[in-house]
Amino acid sequence: MGLGTSLSCDISMNTRLSADERNKFQNSDIIRKILNGSRTIAIVGLSDKKERASNFVGSYLKSERYTIIPVNPLKQEILGEKCYSDLASIPAPVDVVDIFRRPEECVNIVKEAIAIKAKAVWMQLGIVNREAAELALQNGLLVVMDRCLKMEHGRYNGNLHWAGMNTEIITAKKVSRFI
Amino acid sequence: MSEKRKFGFETRMLHAGHIPDSYSGSRAVPIFQTAGYVFDSPEYAASLFELKQYGNIYTRISNPTTAVFEERIASLEGGTGALATASGQAAQLITMMTLMNPGDEFVASSHLYGGTYTQFEHTFKKLSIKVIFVDPTDIKHWEKAITPKTRLLYGETIGNPQGSVFDFEGVSALAKANSIPLVIDNTLASPYLCRPLEWGADIVLHSATKFLNGHGTSIAGVIVDSGKFDFSNYPAISSPSIPYHNLNFFETFGHYGFLMKARCETLRDTGASISPFNSFLLIQGLETLSLRMERHVSNALNVAKFLVDHPMVDWVNYPGLPDHPHYERTKKYLSKGAGSVFAFGLKTGNNSAREAGKKFIENLELFSHVANLGDCKSMVIHPASTTHQQLSDLELQRANVKPELIRLSIGLETTEDLLWDLEQAFHAISR
Ligand SMILES: Cc1ncc(COP(=O)(O)O)c(C=O)c1O
Repeated sequence: MGLGTSLSCDISMNTRLSADERNKFQNSDIIRKILNGSRTIAIVGLSDKKERASNFVGSYLKSERYTIIPVNPLKQEILGEKCYSDLASIPAPVDVVDIFRRPEECVNIVKEAIAIKAKAVWMQLGIVNREAAELALQNGLLVVMDRCLKMEHGRYNGNLHWAGMNTEIITAKKVSRFI
Repeated sequence: MSEKRKFGFETRMLHAGHIPDSYSGSRAVPIFQTAGYVFDSPEYAASLFELKQYGNIYTRISNPTTAVFEERIASLEGGTGALATASGQAAQLITMMTLMNPGDEFVASSHLYGGTYTQFEHTFKKLSIKVIFVDPTDIKHWEKAITPKTRLLYGETIGNPQGSVFDFEGVSALAKANSIPLVIDNTLASPYLCRPLEWGADIVLHSATKFLNGHGTSIAGVIVDSGKFDFSNYPAISSPSIPYHNLNFFETFGHYGFLMKARCETLRDTGASISPFNSFLLIQGLETLSLRMERHVSNALNVAKFLVDHPMVDWVNYPGLPDHPHYERTKKYLSKGAGSVFAFGLKTGNNSAREAGKKFIENLELFSHVANLGDCKSMVIHPASTTHQQLSDLELQRANVKPELIRLSIGLETTEDLLWDLEQAFHAISR
């Protein structure tokens, strides 16, 4: 998935992270590396309710041709994909663990992500757990925290541009951001 | 080359929001003069309508040419995104309808463009939204006007005809203390002279008809969101959206929540959308914004100084002059200049001020007599004999429009020619 080579910088947004933490956990190079280098995304806490943010993210990622794996112990199937009760039960390799759970649950989820050898953990907008983030980093995973996977993908591939958003991508080269 | 480079204002004026496309390589931004867009598949169409995918459905909601204008202005104002509208009045309407419900109130500076004043005072009544106007010069007036129903504070960067400069730090601190957003009309400054988001405003809007377009060719407006206001407990943004199956715009779109709601509900339903052709003209105008503003400001300062020294001038309200009461604020918030729109008063002796004003306008050769501003060409209007001619002297006083008041919008002409024109018109009325 080619997300372009253009320059990028910070986008203004609501976040509780300090500037240093943003550089560490909302770093645009790391975000692009995750978006470009991943195929399979396990979504922990994916809801089957159409109006929930997790459902928006899941259906968006699916329509952008990522393989999504719902992790939700209470459901059989969400967005047409078989659900697993936890990360350990997933039979296939997982690139990214995308977390839609309360901050206090994140340390355990990160431990599971390390155990299944995921390459990255992504804690969604509004979810901040510094201990979980550090643990993932120490175990060699890429980490993003307090950002939305859908919005960041939309920013770098140009989809968000259609909605008038500031992608902060500036270049005079011919387009490479439209996949 | 550094990956993290922050490009300068002028670079972003020319490049932000547009990447030459892969099929034509067109260097200029193409005009996508279309109403609709072919869907990839029925499933894709459904996901667009449910807002699960970003993309174009219908030009009433979004358009590729307009998106370039939107992203560019968002970049110049330092915001997270923008929404273009059919006019400045529409930008105000859409912002307010998105942020408020019937029964809500807001507090606005009384130093506003007359059309805005009327929209807030009269048309918003029909929506059961109540405005409380305050004299913006004292922060105590703002404090007193805030009630539990107040949803936002509103003002203009440069208010006319007083030439008042908005107290960004004072009023934004008040907005923050009350957990309500500060909305600023930045029309008269443009983002080149002032970026309200950097001084604590949460949402900025423009009559893009003026300096952003710069050439007086289109009516347009735009809304920019900083993305920094916390809408999580703000009723109009975080309550479930019934048309979108109880979608919570804040939870789902985070810092884009306000703009997504403004676009997908208010713009869609009011239909106050911009034409793609007008967006193209605005993009072209923006390419020279900094150059035009520099020249507007230097011409305006020269004209203001000329007027101050003129025996037929009673007063000049240009905040770029050291004896204007807000000169300190100008130095802080408008360090590149105080814009080019200001009012002055004719000294008319025993003659009727209304008559003298009319005669002054009739005798100008180069200044265009129009109800617009922010054009490359210099413009003039005498409210007492035109826009406000139906009002009695007492009513004029109440509207803060003195009968001797002349409003100028200084353009880019040769400075000496503008001074010559004013001088010969003064001469004509002195006879
Ligand atoms: C400061 C200001 N705001 C808003 C407006 C309204 O904009 P429009 O005429 O584009 O609807 C104007 C128009 O004169 C204006 O000067």
